[in-house]
Amino acid sequence: MTTADHYRWQRFTPRERLARFAVFLGFAVALAASMRTVEVIPEFLYDAPTQVLDLFKRMWPIEYSYYPEGVHHALVETLHIASLGTLLAIVMAIPVGILGASNIVRVPALNWLAKLILVSSRSVNTLVWALLFVAVFGPGALAGTICIAFRSIGFVGKLFAEALEECDPGPIEALTAAGAPWPSVFLKGFWPQAAPAFWGIALFRWDINVRESAVIGLVGAGGIGMVLDTAMNLFHWDRVALVLLSIFSVVIIAELVVTNIRKRII
Amino acid sequence: MTTRTGNALAAQPERSLRVEHLVKAYQPGKPVLNDISFEVRGQNSVAIIGPSGTGKSTLIRCVNKLIPPTSGAVFVSGENISRLSGRALRHARRKIGMVFQEFNLVERLTVMENVLCGRLGYVSVWQAWRRTYPQDDIDRAFALLESIGLADFVHQRADSLSGGQRQRVGIARAIMQEPHVLLADEPTSSLDPKTSVEIMEVLVQLSEVHRIPLIINIHDVELARRFTSRIIGLSQGGIVFDGPPAELSNDHLKTIYGGEAWLQ
Ligand SMILES: Nc1ncnc2c1ncn2[C@@H]1O[C@H](COP(=O)(O)OP(=O)(O)OP(=O)(O)O)[C@@H](O)[C@H]1O
Ligand SMILES: [Mg+2]
Repeated sequence: MTTADHYRWQRFTPRERLARFAVFLGFAVALAASMRTVEVIPEFLYDAPTQVLDLFKRMWPIEYSYYPEGVHHALVETLHIASLGTLLAIVMAIPVGILGASNIVRVPALNWLAKLILVSSRSVNTLVWALLFVAVFGPGALAGTICIAFRSIGFVGKLFAEALEECDPGPIEALTAAGAPWPSVFLKGFWPQAAPAFWGIALFRWDINVRESAVIGLVGAGGIGMVLDTAMNLFHWDRVALVLLSIFSVVIIAELVVTNIRKRII
Repeated sequence: MTTRTGNALAAQPERSLRVEHLVKAYQPGKPVLNDISFEVRGQNSVAIIGPSGTGKSTLIRCVNKLIPPTSGAVFVSGENISRLSGRALRHARRKIGMVFQEFNLVERLTVMENVLCGRLGYVSVWQAWRRTYPQDDIDRAFALLESIGLADFVHQRADSLSGGQRQRVGIARAIMQEPHVLLADEPTSSLDPKTSVEIMEVLVQLSEVHRIPLIINIHDVELARRFTSRIIGLSQGGIVFDGPPAELSNDHLKTIYGGEAWLQ
């Protein structure tokens, strides 16, 4: 209340208003700075629609006849990379997830170790993992599989640890009180509670991995990406179109499969 | 089956629980339980009553060291379990059956699997994982479920049962441990009055049949009077009454719970 007979109300104090203005100003400056770095060349921008149209013309008609000889094998390899990679990731993520669940392992240092592993796995991009393992194992599906596995540990492990932490402590207390050894408490107390979430996570990750494993071939890690890379380098745009269409179809099918199974387990 | 168990029991010395000078302080210098001593043996059933927050749950959990006591000793059938840890503690816990207010069943497992969970302290991890429980355990579990009226629910998942049925499963799980003492922490607090009575009947009856001393934390003084042969009144961390229900007067209740308006 001020000297006048009115209440005064303002949503923000002057200090807050100043802070908000500073944030907006910061955004504007950042935008201007990034525009300068990107160096948009107007001629290329005006040219873009023509280029896109030209690309489509060269892609049409799609060379379907190339599928059996050049694409099918690579597509199957992609699916194998995705599935095997997911499987490997699950095997490695279970112990790390358990280590990261603070209601199971009550040693903060170990929880942090698990978090470190999970974060490192996720913070490195799939293509970077792929480059790394191509360097180690040479180009091919093996590098791709290991790459997918390492990239997925973080995702699967983190969500599994969270599912474990959400478990009702009541049954755990009951089994402990019955004198059950720790592995039995996990098997009969934690696992039944976390299993639906776990399978959901694994399926979801498989779905993501089908998409990711289609790309890693671009850096030599096997699968359909390698076919795509070759076709682009040789300017076989009708084959590029075929590969893109194949990837698109497989991704849609994977999505449908996963949605259906998830509906059943949850 | 019954006669065999009966003979085996007759040969055993009496089962008992003895608590000596038990102290529990969550924060140093502020004991929640202060020098608690009592003994229960044979087919005795004891009710522990006391106001909320006085340490009844703490007392029960100190017995099997789910909560580590600050000092004092606990004897189960004569064996001092206070200093045990690791494997020895697990083996001692098998002798202490526990029943919970919220049932604490594994919701996604079947009734049978929940009951067999009472055997997890006896079977190996491998057996638990493969679900290859000894035939004897399975026979006993079926007989037990039949005796408490759950024969038709053996293969149902625990989360499809009513509260009263769940608590029966919880009790059966505890009995499967072949315990030397049965501890129940407010077993009827989540149930309606009629079901509460039924659950008390089941508890008392099973404890008598299997000759397991029974200790029940309970808020309902009338239920306590009706079903148990001894009442222990806790107040502010100490025992202020210990005797048969007939001796529990309104004056005692006043000392236990404080005030008197609620008694009218
Ligand atoms: N983990 C804990 N850490 C600190 N204090 C606790 C802890 N658990 C319980 N307490 C305290 O100990 C006291 C006794 O709690 P307890 O749960 O044993 O009471 P209770 O008699 O079972 O009560 P109720 O009848 O409501 O179940 C309470 O004051 C509570 O705040
Ligand atoms: Mg309590």
